[in-house]
Amino acid sequence: MAEGLSPAKPLPALPARTRRLDISAAVFGIAALILLFMVIVPLAWIFVGSVHSDADETLTLSNYARAFTRSIYLTPIWNALVLATASAAIATLFGTVLSWAVSRTDMPGRNLIRIMVFAAFATPSFLGATAWIFLAAPNSGWLNRIWIALTGAERGPFNIYSLGGAIFVIALYSFPYTFSFASSALELVPSDMERAAALLGARWPRITWSITLPLVRPAIVAGALLSFLEAIAEFGTPAFLLIPAGKQVITTQLYLFFQYPSRPNLAAAYAVPLLLVTASLFLLQQRLLKRGRFTAVGGKGGVREPFRLGGWRWPLLGFCLIPTFCALVLPYASLLLTSLSRAWGRGPVAGNLTAHWYKWALVENTAARAAIGHSLTYAAAAATIATVIALFTAYVAQRRLIPGARLLAFVAMAPFVVPGIILAIGFFSAYARPPLVLYGTAWMLIVAFATRFLPIAYSGSESALRSIDVELENAARTLGSTTLRTFARITFPLLRRSVVATWLTAFIPSLRELSSAVFLFTPSTAVITNIIFDLSDAGNFEPVSALGVLMMALTFALIALAYRLFGRTVLFSRARG
Amino acid sequence: MARIRLVDVKKDFGGVPALRGINLTVEHGELLAVLGPSGCGKSTTMQLLAGFLAPDSGEIWADDRLLSSPRGVVPPERRRMSLVFQSYAVWPHMTVFENIAFGLQMRKLAEGQIRERVQRMLEVVNLGGFERRYPHELSGGQQQRVALARALVVEPETLLLDEPLSNLDANLREHMRFEIRRIHERIKVATIYVTHDQAEAMVIADRIAVMNKGVIEQIGTPHEMYDHPHSRFVASFMGGANCLRANVLEPGLVRCGEARVRAAESEGFRPGDEVVLCIRPHAVRVHRLGNGIERGENHVSGRLLQQAYLGDFQDLRIALGGGTQVRALTPAGPAFEGGEAVVVELPQQACHLLPS
Repeated sequence: MAEGLSPAKPLPALPARTRRLDISAAVFGIAALILLFMVIVPLAWIFVGSVHSDADETLTLSNYARAFTRSIYLTPIWNALVLATASAAIATLFGTVLSWAVSRTDMPGRNLIRIMVFAAFATPSFLGATAWIFLAAPNSGWLNRIWIALTGAERGPFNIYSLGGAIFVIALYSFPYTFSFASSALELVPSDMERAAALLGARWPRITWSITLPLVRPAIVAGALLSFLEAIAEFGTPAFLLIPAGKQVITTQLYLFFQYPSRPNLAAAYAVPLLLVTASLFLLQQRLLKRGRFTAVGGKGGVREPFRLGGWRWPLLGFCLIPTFCALVLPYASLLLTSLSRAWGRGPVAGNLTAHWYKWALVENTAARAAIGHSLTYAAAAATIATVIALFTAYVAQRRLIPGARLLAFVAMAPFVVPGIILAIGFFSAYARPPLVLYGTAWMLIVAFATRFLPIAYSGSESALRSIDVELENAARTLGSTTLRTFARITFPLLRRSVVATWLTAFIPSLRELSSAVFLFTPSTAVITNIIFDLSDAGNFEPVSALGVLMMALTFALIALAYRLFGRTVLFSRARG
Repeated sequence: MARIRLVDVKKDFGGVPALRGINLTVEHGELLAVLGPSGCGKSTTMQLLAGFLAPDSGEIWADDRLLSSPRGVVPPERRRMSLVFQSYAVWPHMTVFENIAFGLQMRKLAEGQIRERVQRMLEVVNLGGFERRYPHELSGGQQQRVALARALVVEPETLLLDEPLSNLDANLREHMRFEIRRIHERIKVATIYVTHDQAEAMVIADRIAVMNKGVIEQIGTPHEMYDHPHSRFVASFMGGANCLRANVLEPGLVRCGEARVRAAESEGFRPGDEVVLCIRPHAVRVHRLGNGIERGENHVSGRLLQQAYLGDFQDLRIALGGGTQVRALTPAGPAFEGGEAVVVELPQQACHLLPS
């Protein structure tokens, strides 16, 4: 064709592209293989372990028989169900009311509430549990002491070391799930639907009850299920509040199986039903979300008019402040105060204040200093691995590059339903023995963190990829670029921002991961949460608080950075450990 | 340059047939438009041609190179075809220059050569001086031309255009039709142009292939397609037509409802055959009653249903007997009354018979 363009100076004909080795398939295949080692192998080990005897490794079903007939093992299951049901119910109530107040009314301070809910979302509940020990431990808790001082009673009314205490703390940090699901659904209900009811003569309580809430019901139920799922899988809070009380839930019982004499195969059998429950709840939740989107709340929001609350504005704000006050203001105040005290029991009096514990954590104590370093490097490595694997997997799955790509997507999302402690058991079984011994090395924690937060990275990558028109890639293909090159030259540069966002959403929860770290660390690979767990076990709450404050300062700094860079939407999704 | 052949190409999606056997040849330097409504299979044809899909049966050839068959597909990067996408697919993170240079970089040309070829191509598409701009700094039409330049600079054997103008506004679309035709005249590469816009196909193409429900109904020059449609579908898709049911009385003469109508052609049908009588709305004439207009062959009485005033024309819908309707576009004259009885004249030269 070139001859036709400019008669003066014909260009030589272009050489045809020659066939070169296309390594695209191999690279994507390797990413898929790594994924299998991260997810399938550890989970498979749990099932394998569960049917082998702890004593002599013979094939047996006796683990299941032991785990599900003895009352000392059945009580924790009952406790876990009570804990999860009650905390999910409380969380859903608060989450629903708050989301409605924030997104549909003219209540004052709506943005403040929104920010506080997000901060509660970012706070790991085990830290909240620690703080509530200072506030509501049976005798020494400050709230109890204030009560005694005020009423002259013999003892205070609060006891955080109880099932009720654990329910309360877990609900405080899981109501943001319902809040975020319900408020994004509420923001899509167009005012027209409510106005239509108003024109037919309904007043606002009636409209809210029979129009608005039913429209967002699937979102509320989905949020409730997620709260339940989190609560039943939660290890930190029960470990801090229930182990001292001698009450076990499933996760703490699993932990005890690993105390001397350790019975990993019995633990595996004990874990299997929990795994099945979380998996089926997750599937149920996904179906609800899908159907919810389908039926009611579709398309753009249209114009929305807030409900005029009139005299109810301030009482509603008061109600909304209860959970945020309990989840943030009280705990952070008590953490800060404790971290600055020589002995927290003495309270904020002269002579008790000191910056010693920060100096201890950052300078004096080599173990604490090393742990901070480990947390940062392990979380960075884990976030990098999770992001890379997630991105490749999402790409392979979305573009159907290899057969069975849909299955890969499923595998990448699977760790979401695996409680951290169970994943840790799987990792322990798989990689504490030959051929691949990771136990005792940093990789054990890094790969476990990467696996735990792979689903977050995966869903981030997937939605980012979905926003890229496939024609942009096809254009490069027709111009002579292979799949892998197209990924490097076109897809990746377009995704750069989302990749950074994805990395941060995997890094932040890795930084304060507790439930698998507790199983997989060795003294030379301890991270911040391990130190917190051990110190708290020993009752050294002042350094625990200092470490907790430092960890959260770092977390909030990163969140602020991510917020600056990417806005709210990227972060509110699942930035939770 | 190459001659592209599709031989009995079939493609199913989950048991639903998208292409039921496509046979098509595009000659060297020819511009063929594939025209059809959405869902007719034209986009699937494009994906198969570019190598993004494999056929279930049949073959695609470029001269004597087998490109696609159920046994294997030469991947897009080695087919020597360029594709211009409906969305343009201009890369937003690259400048105009980088976009156009990409294909040449893939072919490992030297820097200087790349610059020279890109410059030259920018001239061809009238974008000289835009090389440092980013796509978001360009108008839709300019982005369109970047996409075209990017596709052409690698000197493809075949150029595929997938509804390239459908995202432009009406004026620009009309301008770009001529622009694409001009560029094609200059480079003469075998080009397949997919569109659902009949006017676009008529302006741009040497030949048009009309597709419907996964098959090609007819291929021909724009003239042949408009004047001698072979099927009712082609007739109505190419410019719209009244299609009335009729019975053949004798060669060239049919009964249509109450009326006897003489058609332009007489061959091909036998008395008693059921046929379709096709006539373009522009060819239909409408008369007032009692105006000295003879009743008889090619005249049908009817009743006015609707009229719309379009400036130069009026658009009339008239009910004939037996539940049939005809649409007429006639020069604007004195308005009719709603429900007025009229005489519809179907001139013999404009009446074509098609198999029903």
